[in-house]
Order: sequence, then structure tokens, then C-alpha cells
Amino acid sequence: MTTITTTTAGHGFWHIAYLGFCALVFAFLIAPILVIVPLSFNAEPYFTFTEGMLRLDADAWSLRWYRQIVEDEEWSRALANSLFIGVSATVLATALGTLAALGLSNPAMPARRFATGLLISPMVTPVIISAAGMFFFYSNLGLAQTHLGLILAHAALGTPFVVITVTATLAGYDQNLSRAAASMGAGPLTVFRRVQLPLIAPGVVSGGIFAFAASFDEVVVVLFMGGIEQRTIPRQMWSGIREEISPAILAVAVFLIVFAVLFLLTVEWLRRRNAR
Amino acid sequence: MEGSGRPYVEYRKVSKSYDGKTTVVDDVDLDIRKGEFLTLLGPSGSGKTTCLMMLAGFETPTSGEILVDGRSIQNLPPRKRGIGMVFQNYALFPHMTVGANLAFPLEVRGMDRGQCRERVERALQLVQLEGFEHRRPGQLSGGQQQRVAIARALVFDPELVLMDEPLGALDRRLREEMQYEIRRIHKTLGVTVVYVTHDQQEAMVMSDRIAVLRDGRVEQVADPETLYEEPQRSFVARFIGENNRLHGKVMGIEGDICEVFVGGEIIEAIRIAPCQVGDAATLSIRPERVAVSPKSGLYTNEMVALIEDITFLGDYLRLRVTVCRTSDFIIKIPNTVGHGALLAGDKILICWTPTDCRVLDPETEGEGE
Ligand SMILES: Nc1ncnc2c1ncn2[C@@H]1O[C@H](COP(=O)(O)OP(=O)(O)O)[C@@H](O)[C@H]1O
Ligand SMILES: [Mg+2]
Repeated sequence: MTTITTTTAGHGFWHIAYLGFCALVFAFLIAPILVIVPLSFNAEPYFTFTEGMLRLDADAWSLRWYRQIVEDEEWSRALANSLFIGVSATVLATALGTLAALGLSNPAMPARRFATGLLISPMVTPVIISAAGMFFFYSNLGLAQTHLGLILAHAALGTPFVVITVTATLAGYDQNLSRAAASMGAGPLTVFRRVQLPLIAPGVVSGGIFAFAASFDEVVVVLFMGGIEQRTIPRQMWSGIREEISPAILAVAVFLIVFAVLFLLTVEWLRRRNAR
Repeated sequence: MEGSGRPYVEYRKVSKSYDGKTTVVDDVDLDIRKGEFLTLLGPSGSGKTTCLMMLAGFETPTSGEILVDGRSIQNLPPRKRGIGMVFQNYALFPHMTVGANLAFPLEVRGMDRGQCRERVERALQLVQLEGFEHRRPGQLSGGQQQRVAIARALVFDPELVLMDEPLGALDRRLREEMQYEIRRIHKTLGVTVVYVTHDQQEAMVMSDRIAVLRDGRVEQVADPETLYEEPQRSFVARFIGENNRLHGKVMGIEGDICEVFVGGEIIEAIRIAPCQVGDAATLSIRPERVAVSPKSGLYTNEMVALIEDITFLGDYLRLRVTVCRTSDFIIKIPNTVGHGALLAGDKILICWTPTDCRVLDPETEGEGE
């Protein structure tokens, strides 16, 4: 009995220490991101809180940086580029990744492990190496500094996410459903469209979201491969930081954070739906 | 059963190996008649599912061929075979309602909506699930899901329906109810059913004929009564119903009757296996065909048995005795006046006719079970 009392006391102390430690980790991870949000409403062109802001003066806060990025042609083009490249790369990556996952989940497929490893490799290779390799390879094909080139490059980076999420959902898919559908007279395409795809859709969609996010915040490949015409939002921020330090990029950053949170919520919602 | 003419499904020397080493289905020859309820019965791993999957088209035979209606279906993909299938885990589409599940095979065939609805309704009626169209499979009990699966396999009027242990996941009472239901549906529609189970009682209750499988081989194909009364192989005798087995050596053969030496006694038995004098053999006799005889000289086979224990089961008594140096020999005797005097440890005279005792292929002692 005594031992139990001591351990409970000890447990109480360690539990509080543990909670404190967790809070510190969270603060360390999140504070740099959260601090951007109020700073983006700065009325002055500084990256620091002005005295007015700290006093909560209404004049010290403004939406001028938001207005600026909405009105600025370069930022609009960057957004258009990001969306166009991101969406195209996502469509490609989702289609190819889903097909690959279907093939790789077939026990009859030869060299499954090798093929899986190859497809996943862009995820573990340092991006700078992929980017440099792609740059030389795509230059020879005349694809460097084109939208198509960036779309293909981003699709290659996004595919592993789709392969992984779809393979995971396929593991829970009962192959007898496909057999049942076939026995009822459905051709392979009908089986896929009406039975398999609806059931693995959560995996396909979350893979697509990850692929889109991978393209949307990618800067290294764009630095190597993109010209002026292909500047995406991260690339524009990169120049923003280097050339003209302005809180406009903080406003963009807030946009991106909101995007990211929405993505994560969607993925989590899909995961729960799938778990049911 | 039409019986006449050509069988509807023919397995011709069908063998299957998944890995090229072990033969899972071994040289199976099997005829299935139009309209009959045929059951593939065997212990788990005996190749029943593989046999069924080859007929459905999801596996291809390594050698041999399968004919349906006299035509080889070797190169026909599953979707063109027009065979209804019921899976053990139901395989209902969870994202579709019951109605959509049933309509699926009809829509795939391009049937128009009105006709589709009518068929779906009729199928639901058949399995007594009217009014369940709008439910999802997840909202149904196991038994109801099974009914939907059966309705879905039948809704497009296939001539042949395959069922792979469809009742395996249900509890006993529901299983018995569904056995009856499936029988009724089979009788109503007259469709040919190939049914798979490892439960011999289920097979006996439901089937017109049973094919007993063991290690990928067909041991015997017969109607339930013949299978019970006249097993051709010791495995069948052991697998169907309760059975006593005595291991001995053939001493003499006279026409149909063999004399077999078992544990110091000579037993006369009917010869089924093609045995020779000197061969090892297994004798098989049903517990209810053994009589306790009040006086000697009643039958040719008379043995002294030692009662080990007696179980009272209401309408009959079950004795466990040692006879011919074989323990665990079971005797069932009707509970009639006079048997009340039997006690464990008593020595009694038991007997049976030679025709009830069958000489089968030798079974290595302790094999099985
Ligand atoms: N797809 C498969 N690949 C490899 N071996 C298999 C496969 N399906 C079944 N087997 C093997 O074949 C044997 C027979 O299996 P099965 O036909 O499922 O028997 P049953 O249905 O009578 O239990 C088993 O030993 C099983 O392990
Ligand atoms: Mg099986």
C-alpha cells in the first residue's frame, strides 16, 4: 500500500513536469508561426511590433499589406502560377499514384518492393538533389523554365504521398467486393468506378491534398527550374525576403497558414470517416 | 433433378497448384447436374474454395478443364460466365443501399429502371426482406446481410449459383433457419447450386448430392443417405456421422465377405475396398448398427465387450466399450426395458451383421481428428 502512495505522489510530480515539457515543445513549434499573424496587420513597414501595436492603438493596425498583395500584379501572378501548377501537378500525381498503388497492391505483381521503393524515393531524397537532377534532365528536354516542366517535377514529388495513402486504404479494401462485382457482370472499369474508387476515395483525396500541399509550398525546385514566368508564391516570398523586406510576405504567410490548417482539417476528417 | 443427358457442369481432370509445388486440387473429376444442389464438403484446406473459384473464373486450373453446358469456360472471364456468387463475408457494397446492391447486376446489364425495380422487389420478396431497399448493409444484422447477398446473387436469374460457406459467420440458430431458407429458395427457383461447407450436418440437411473432398481429391460423390450408409472410403466414413473404426488384417475372402483379424478376433465384414488376403484394412461400423445381444448365436459377429461408461441420452443409451482391444468403441442402443441393468465395468455380448460392417482402405492409426 505504501509503495502505491509514493508512486502516486511521484506520478503527480512527473505528470506535471511532463505536461510542462509538452507545453514548451508546443510553444517552440507554434510560437514562430502564431507571431506572424498579428505582425501581418502592422501599419508600418517593419517586422517588429511597434509601440502603437502593443498599446492596441487602432491606427497602428491595418490591412495595408493584405491590400497590397491583392492589388500587386506580381503576387496575383504568383498565386495564379501556384494554383495552376499545384492543381495540374495534383491531378497528375493523384491519377498516377492511385494507378501505381492499385498495381503495387496486386500480389501477382513482380518486383513489388523494388517498384514501391523507386516510386517513394522522391520523398526521401533531399529535394536539392532531386531539383539539381531535374534541372539538368529537363534542360536537355527543353522543359526547364516552362510551366509543363514544373508541373511534371511537382507531380513526381507529390506522387509518393498518393501512393502511400492509397496503398494504406487498399489494405483495408476487401478484394471479394471486386470479385463479387465481376461475378455480377461488371467489367474492370465499372468495378473500379462504382465499387473500388468510392471505397478508397478517402485515401485518394488525402493523397491529393498532400500532393497539392507539397507543390504549393515547394521552393527549391522552382528556384532551379522556374523562370520569371513561373514564379509561384513561395518563390515570390523568397524574392520578397531578399529584395524588399516588407510585411506583405507576412500577409501571404497568414494566407498559407490558413490554407494549411484547412488541409489538415480535411485530411483528419477524411481519416475519421474512413475509420468508421 | 433432370439427371438425363449431359451434366450441366463438368470438372475434367482438374488440378490446381498455386506455387507449382503443392497440389491444392488434385485431378478432380466431377459432374454436376442441372438443377441440383451439390455440396463440396471437406475439412478446412481441402481445396473447396479453390474448386469453386475455378468455376467462377477467379482462378485458372493448372491442368484439366471445366465445362458448363458442354462448353469449355477456360477463356471466359468471370463477368461473362453469368454465375451468381455468395461469399462467406457477404461482400455487399457498403457504400450502396440494399436496393442499389441488388440493382447493380441489372444496371450492369443495361436493364431499364422500371424493370430493374420490379426485379429488385421480387428478389427482396424471395428472401423476405421487403421494405429494406433504403437501408445500408451496415444497418442490417448478419442474417439479413446474408439474405441480401443471396438475393443479389439470384436477382439476375443466373442458372448457376455458387455459395462459399455462406452461413459460416452466423450463430447456430440462425444458421439452421438459413439452411432451410436456402433450401426453399433452391426448390422455388430450380437453379443449380454449388455449395461449400466444412459442416457435415449442414451438407446432409441441404444437399441433393455431396462431394467429399480431402487434400484436393474427391473421395466420394453421392446423395446424403448413400454417403452415410455406404461410405466407399474410410475418410468418408469418419467424416460423415459417428463411426467406429477397427484396424486389422484381411485373412480370407469369400465373394463379398472378408474375414478380418482384429485384436484377437475374426470379424466378417462386407468388402468395399479392393483388398487382397494379407492386406491391412479398416473396418467401419455405425454405433447404431451394433446390438447388445442377450444370448449368443444371433449373428456371425459376436464379441465380448467391456463397458467403460454409459451416457443416458433420453431416447437412447450411449455406451463406450472396449472390444477387440480397441477402446472408445461407441454403441447406441434404444432405451427399451431391460437396459437399465447395464453398468460400467460389466462384460456384455455385442454383435452386428457382416453387411453393416464395411472393409475400407486402411487408415493409419490415430490419423485425423
Ligand atoms: N491464393 C492462394 N495462394 C496460395 N495458396 C492458396 C491460395 N488460396 C488457397 N491456398 C491454399 O490452398 C489450400 C486449399 O485452400 P482452399 O481452397 O481455400 O481450401 P478450403 O476452402 O477447403 O478451406 C490451402 O492449403 C491454402 O493455403
Ligand atoms: Mg474455403
